[in-house]
Amino acid sequence: MPVSTLEKLQPIFQDVLDNPNLRIDRSSSALTVPGWDSLAHINLVVAIEHEFKIKFALGELEDLKDVGEMVDLMERKMNSKR
Amino acid sequence: MERDCFQILSQPFDVAQISAKRKQIRRSLLSRVVTTPLRVAILGGATTAELASILDLFLLREGFEAVFYESEYGRFYEEAVVDNQRLKEFNPDVTVVHTTSRNILHFPDTAEEKSSVEEKLELEVARFRSIWEALSTRIGCVVVQNNFDPPSYRILGNSDTVADYGRTNFINRLNLRFAEYAATRTGLFINDLSYLASVVGLKDWYEQSYWFSYKLAIGPTANVFVAESLANILRAAYGKTRKCLVLDLDNTLWGGVIGDDGVGNLCLGNETPRGEAYVAFQQYCRELKNRGILLAVCSKNDLQTAKEGFSHPDSILRLEDFAAFEANWEPKPQSLERIAKALNLGLDSLVFVDDNPAEREIVAAQLPMVAVPDIGDDPAGFVEILDRQGYFEALRLSIEDTERTELYAKDRQREAAAGQFKSYDEYLESLEMQAEIDSFNPFYIDRIAQLTNKTNQFNLTTRRYTAAQLRAMAGDNEHVTLYGRLKDKFGDNGVISVIAGEIKEFELHILLWLMSCRVLKRGMEVAMMDALAHECMRRQLKAIHGYYLKTARNDMVSNHYGDLGFSLVSRSEDASVWRLDLARGYEDRCKFIEVARFASINA
Repeated sequence: MPVSTLEKLQPIFQDVLDNPNLRIDRSSSALTVPGWDSLAHINLVVAIEHEFKIKFALGELEDLKDVGEMVDLMERKMNSKR
Repeated sequence: MERDCFQILSQPFDVAQISAKRKQIRRSLLSRVVTTPLRVAILGGATTAELASILDLFLLREGFEAVFYESEYGRFYEEAVVDNQRLKEFNPDVTVVHTTSRNILHFPDTAEEKSSVEEKLELEVARFRSIWEALSTRIGCVVVQNNFDPPSYRILGNSDTVADYGRTNFINRLNLRFAEYAATRTGLFINDLSYLASVVGLKDWYEQSYWFSYKLAIGPTANVFVAESLANILRAAYGKTRKCLVLDLDNTLWGGVIGDDGVGNLCLGNETPRGEAYVAFQQYCRELKNRGILLAVCSKNDLQTAKEGFSHPDSILRLEDFAAFEANWEPKPQSLERIAKALNLGLDSLVFVDDNPAEREIVAAQLPMVAVPDIGDDPAGFVEILDRQGYFEALRLSIEDTERTELYAKDRQREAAAGQFKSYDEYLESLEMQAEIDSFNPFYIDRIAQLTNKTNQFNLTTRRYTAAQLRAMAGDNEHVTLYGRLKDKFGDNGVISVIAGEIKEFELHILLWLMSCRVLKRGMEVAMMDALAHECMRRQLKAIHGYYLKTARNDMVSNHYGDLGFSLVSRSEDASVWRLDLARGYEDRCKFIEVARFASINA
């Protein structure tokens, strides 16, 4: 089975938030994950955009309420590229 | 991560890695670098947190542990010129005015009168001058000022650079004015955003989504380049700029191996593309030398042979261009230490350039304070790869802040690296060498012939044979033949060693034993010896006779058979004869190379 988008995000979150034991799930958000501040947010976006070769359009990220919605958005972007 | 933290902060950058692993890189650097504190204020025309976080890493790489002050959003002007208690109390060593062309307030309007455009230009220059003067008089710190990046769009197209009121034209003139001012001031340095934007390319320089979403004036990629550039400027400002360029010779300053090919057959000169690229690289080195960078040679060669290279008619560099010249067969870290000592420089002043990744690896691991750029092996790229690293920033400085003696102290060298090799054996082990050693076979005959006919240094007899003669030897029972091919973790060196001998009365007489100098000091000759002894015993031979025939080039192997445990039978002026008795068996000595026969390594 291919690795899910959420699983591919785990090491990125662990690196940026500097916590090797961190596990995020679909309900995680900036409110629930310690250290997810504005600088970490930019670093996450940079890493995700480069790693998954996608670009978030303006406003797309602001509307998301949790990681689950971000994963869905990323998958829509990756699928539409194919 | 141990060694990677330096590599990850070297061009070409992996921006995603740097962004994601910032904290891990930081910890890794802190464990490897001895630091001095540096107080850095960033007065920004937009958000600066991202820049500070990356600049922090590049400064650590240079041995500065920075504490940052960041201005409030966009208030670079106000925080500099208005009496600013918070900044004063912070007492910066350095203030970076991180502005971009987004911060130009007085751009001309379309078709604006020339005189009115001039007024705007003066107004803009005066605004920034007041910042520099306030910082220098009130705070008394070093100031680094960005010049302006090209605009992201051109209303007038190409004429934007021609018309007085074109934005491109206006920015170019502002940059000239900044340069003129900085040239007369000590303690004011220009960070050349204009050039950096060209290097990065405007498409990646401006990432508008990061501007609109996070108010980053330039994109994440550009940020990394700006941070590196700032760190280079500060390293130079604090007298830590690199001072000496240490160069390998074969396939670095010229194409080919001088010891084997001879000076007349080197690839150097404008007749071939490669030869021309080596000339261009020599020209670049020469220009560095002319502006005061010392040049040195560090090559595995006989001294006399190495020096001959500079008598090549197309060699731009001459022997007298070099302040130090180490050509010998010692491991290169030792030679570099001798160069540093001879020139009375710290190892952290040296930059080492070598096309061979194995040499780069051992130097980087043993002497982490020496800069070892990954120059690749294509001479077309040498100049730019080296130049982009910014090792040789040229600055004059007289501001007393920067002359603090503790910053000049020589003992701040980087700590012994975690990844350092404790011995040469450990290095050999790390190479993960695998050899394929077997009798000559048709796949390799051409390469074996080529090697046989061009190898001069590690060559016991310097006998030449045609491919047909070699093929004939392989096919009869009166000869023993062996070739050796060596792989290591850096790649496949191909067939690099050849042995052939003829059998007389159950004893082997070696006709040919040679090896490429690329794999010298790897223990490959021992692996070949082991294989030879096994082959001889398999064929029930009782002894091996070795012959050394002296030439002008093969002094390095004069004691080859002695080193392998042969007894000296006789010696004359230009030859020696050796013998190894196999009657009592043979004990393998090869330690660091895993040896296989033909089929298995290709499986």
